[in-house]
Amino acid sequence: MLELKNVTKTFGGLTAVEKVDFIVRKDSISGLIGPNGAGKTTIFNLITGIYKVTGGEIIFKGIPIQNLEPHRIAGMGITRTFQNIRLFKKLSVYDNILTACHRNAGYNLMESVLRLGRYKKEERNLRQDTEDLMEIMGLSKWRDHTAHSLPYGLQRRLEIARALAVKPELLLLDEPAAGMNPDETLQLMNLIREIRDRFKCTIFIIEHHMDLVMGICENIMVLNFGRKLIEGPPEMVQRDPQVIEAYLGEGAKLGA
Amino acid sequence: MDWFYIKGILILSGINLMAVLGLSLLTGFTGLFSFGHAGFMAIGAYTAATMGIKLGLPLIPSLLIGGLISGVISLFIGKLTLNLKGDYFCIATLGFGEAIRLILDNVQYFGGARGWPGIPLKIDLWNVAIINVVGILILINLINSRHGRNMIAVREEELAAKTIGIDTFKHKMISLFISAVYAGIAGGMVGYYTGFLQPKMFSMNKSTELTIIVIFGGIGSISGSVLGTLLLTALPEILRAFALWRLVAYGAAVIFIMISRPEGLMGGKEITLKGFIRLLNIRKRSGKAAEG
Ligand SMILES: Nc1ncnc2c1ncn2[C@@H]1O[C@H](COP(=O)(O)OP(=O)(O)O)[C@@H](O)[C@H]1O
Ligand SMILES: [Mg+2]
Repeated sequence: MLELKNVTKTFGGLTAVEKVDFIVRKDSISGLIGPNGAGKTTIFNLITGIYKVTGGEIIFKGIPIQNLEPHRIAGMGITRTFQNIRLFKKLSVYDNILTACHRNAGYNLMESVLRLGRYKKEERNLRQDTEDLMEIMGLSKWRDHTAHSLPYGLQRRLEIARALAVKPELLLLDEPAAGMNPDETLQLMNLIREIRDRFKCTIFIIEHHMDLVMGICENIMVLNFGRKLIEGPPEMVQRDPQVIEAYLGEGAKLGA
Repeated sequence: MDWFYIKGILILSGINLMAVLGLSLLTGFTGLFSFGHAGFMAIGAYTAATMGIKLGLPLIPSLLIGGLISGVISLFIGKLTLNLKGDYFCIATLGFGEAIRLILDNVQYFGGARGWPGIPLKIDLWNVAIINVVGILILINLINSRHGRNMIAVREEELAAKTIGIDTFKHKMISLFISAVYAGIAGGMVGYYTGFLQPKMFSMNKSTELTIIVIFGGIGSISGSVLGTLLLTALPEILRAFALWRLVAYGAAVIFIMISRPEGLMGGKEITLKGFIRLLNIRKRSGKAAEG
């Protein structure tokens, strides 16, 4: 479904991502792990068009997307969450999701201003979609709370809900469990599986919680200093000496 | 204070309000700052006056054409600067506003810096009121549509807006266009109210005044813009009697609001019928509680 071919990204002299090849299969949950600064978020930024690749190709459903603008890529069915949550902070939970539903309506500016034609009917549908999504994601109770007033875990969940409003075919999650306790992480793990089954979307996830990654991913890519170290199913990745070293290396640094 | 005087203040407020409403869409709802809106007013003013005087068009079509021309010109500025990162847009509007004024200063056809007298007086309280009511209704409808929500998303978090498929550039352009149309119509009304146009009426002071009103009323609130305009247009006029202290008092009032309510008068909220009824109910309930 998504294919990275020889993808490279440099910032001035710094090579953040170097010749990475990877395939995300349809309906799979794939993982992307690696120490801090390895280039994981940069890969998500390249896929979503926020950064332009320095070299290589990104192919989605057979179409090269590396030169498209972010909103076009979203329009093709790829959306994401951010490592440092980016909600519409001052808006309510409801408005965050409602805003993201915009693609499910087609009324034009004239119809908005004059409340004519498709406006009423489509707007009613958008509002229904929003209610449904809040219900599924367990956010109905928080409907009128502003996004920034929510506890951290719920903000993450709202960001996922907002992404789902776009009806993505490929959902990229950047460290969705960051800052969650083990209990919340477990809940999130189940939620991600449920989302895959219910919304029939493919999921690509960056995560540091190994339990979560190993628990739900079918295929994992390990990144270190911008390069792909290895790729494979969880059992294989877990046993790989290079991976252990990369992570131990970081652990040792942290300990120092 | 006689009715004639109050009427004058109301008309002035109404003219200002039209420009403030437009700027409110751009700054309050889309998060873009402009320091050249007086330039859009000037374009609307001179175009509308030309339409009426030289082509003999009636008031409303003249104002609309003024607004439209102003909107079209805003699209050129937007096209050049709105997809650049940073504050290019803001700087460009500043330059634009000053450039328009300087150009008009030197166009003798419109009277140059001396001004253009003899514009027919066609603005009264009624047509100002009607134009503003229509302006407000259009804005409310726009804000409560997917287009308006997309603009708010641009203001709140542009990157996230893009990743949920919002064409942020397009929505900034729409917002700018509508905003400039409103400013142009407001400018047109200036000419037909005072009977006289002069480039220095549309200086950067005017642009800044409009931005102050939007922020004072509260970013992202239409009712805030209305209240802010009424207060900040009426206040200097009422204070005119104390000419010397006028600007001091005006400044003090603005500073007082910004310190006591940094989010502006309305703080992004709206005065709605529903909210008003809810407020009454709370009053009633607390009243009963006090009795019981
Ligand atoms: N916009 C940018 N400009 C310059 N350097 C960047 C930029 N974005 C990321 N980098 C650098 O690229 C490297 C990889 O960053 P990132 O992808 O965020 O790592 P990860 O998500 O794996 O922790 C880091 O060294 C970071 O400093
Ligand atoms: Mg990261």
